[in-house]
Amino acid sequence: MNVLKTYKIYIGGQFPRTESGRSYLVKDANGNPIANVCQSSKKDIRNAVQAARKAFGSWSERSAFNRGQILYRIAEMLEGRKMQFIEELTQQGQSLESATNEIEICIDRIVYYAGWCDKYQQILSSVNPVNSSHFNFSMAESTGVVGILAEQNTGLLGIISQLLPVIAGGNTAVLIASEQLPLCAITFAEVLETSDVPAGVVNILTGSPEEMLPTLAEHMDVNAIFLSNVDKEMEKSTQLSAVDNLKRVIVKNDDWTQENAQGINYISSFQEIKTTWHPIEQIGGATNSY
Amino acid sequence: MKAQGPLFSQIPQSPTIDKVGVEERVARFQTRSIKGPSKMQGLSKVLSMIDLTTLEGKDTPNKVRQMCYKAQHLHDFHEGLPTVAAVCVYPSMVSVAREALKDSLIKIASVSTAFPSGQAPFEVKKMDTQFAIDSGADEIDMVISRGKFLEGNHSFVFDEIAAIKEICGAKRLKVILETGELATLDQVRRASDIAIHAGADFIKTSTGKIQPAATMQVTYTMLMAIRDHFDRTGKMVGMKPAGGISTSKLALHNLVMVNEILGEAWLSNEWFRFGASSLANDVLMQYMKQVTGKYQSADYFTID
Repeated sequence: MNVLKTYKIYIGGQFPRTESGRSYLVKDANGNPIANVCQSSKKDIRNAVQAARKAFGSWSERSAFNRGQILYRIAEMLEGRKMQFIEELTQQGQSLESATNEIEICIDRIVYYAGWCDKYQQILSSVNPVNSSHFNFSMAESTGVVGILAEQNTGLLGIISQLLPVIAGGNTAVLIASEQLPLCAITFAEVLETSDVPAGVVNILTGSPEEMLPTLAEHMDVNAIFLSNVDKEMEKSTQLSAVDNLKRVIVKNDDWTQENAQGINYISSFQEIKTTWHPIEQIGGATNSY
Repeated sequence: MKAQGPLFSQIPQSPTIDKVGVEERVARFQTRSIKGPSKMQGLSKVLSMIDLTTLEGKDTPNKVRQMCYKAQHLHDFHEGLPTVAAVCVYPSMVSVAREALKDSLIKIASVSTAFPSGQAPFEVKKMDTQFAIDSGADEIDMVISRGKFLEGNHSFVFDEIAAIKEICGAKRLKVILETGELATLDQVRRASDIAIHAGADFIKTSTGKIQPAATMQVTYTMLMAIRDHFDRTGKMVGMKPAGGISTSKLALHNLVMVNEILGEAWLSNEWFRFGASSLANDVLMQYMKQVTGKYQSADYFTID
């Protein structure tokens, strides 16, 4: 007998059903039903943000090297379940070739950002020359809880390309998956769950972006929003909703299949630069003779 | 005991408690959904019933001053919010709180009788209480001797409460049962009856130092003791669940329970209090969520 999978959502390391009890039907290219998927609500957003906030402290304070190890572990786990992801993508209408290509890019990209974990800080930080008796330096700190609306046209690639730079930089995330292609998002949550990613660092919801995004953008405990390939209207309304706590709204309209759609600038978008003025006795104290 | 005081022998027999029945009843209070204007009213009521508490070894006068300020200015960004009912501190901090609150209507509750363990000679407990009152406390939160109670020496517990009540005079006395150490609901009920008959103005679940603290099952059992006493004598006794109530939802469920067991007369801070330190901020955040329609962040609310 064919046992169909129940696609639930992912909050705080658990797989609950949506608080609202609603679901919607996902169909394949021929219009045949594939799965019932949770149609999450505002309250799921609330719970997810709470979980992300709780996880933020220890995740951002974890050593950069350890974050890298954990991210690399995600790639390993994804590699092991490659076939399942390819099957889900083809079920949702993609060709086998395109699906295989997409998953391979995803794995490469995770490894790529795993490598960045213990390297971006050195590049973003600086020691600054100042005209007073101070040792002046700037360093990057994680922004906080980041709300991500995954690109809607891809099943997994958008999720990986947007999520990885965010968590590599020590942020925690609440991610709204593609409404029409949601299967991989939840299967990916299972990958996260088996990859030593601490509970709450990534939270994944499925459902209608129109319904959930405003709540996420208005939420006072969310520090940044990450959009990709959305229409101008949605971009504008998100920016307006985000005004109250001055959260960053980052929009990247990349073709994520491209090799250059990755880099340190995706990490630095979710970093705050903190500059410290440390008093020293003499200006000369900061030179080689120090 | 003095002849005119309450007598241990007058306490009626306590009924046995059906634990499964209590759990089912309590579960039903938790299914109520309170929304919109009722929620606003409820949250506002919860705020006005809070005994804002700091009972730490690390308490300093400035920490107490800061808390007293917060008690009077919960969230100045929004007008029309009530203040909390009282602040709750150690006896050594009562004079600091008195000075900080001046002639504000906020009451000062002081724990006493060697809080939280209650393991001190009777004379010390009496001095502790007298000191708190002399320093300006409006209310006394005493602990019972749980060791004696569990030994079965109930009359000792009764006499202690009665003696402390005598020192308190007109000041209101809250009796902390520390239900987390009483093991069964039957014992909670018996301790409630003893405290009520010995002259408690309030019965209070816990010190906040022991888990579990104010579970709804325990609060329910104590509310039933209050109701039975009221039915028998017509005298009202207050209730203060303390410890572990840190969310608005739980606080609202408690209000529902009080309303359904004791009735509206108890829904004021004269007869019902929450002993809590972090509850106030959660309620404020929920309140502002109702006002603004946006989920709030702890970053924009005062820590103490």
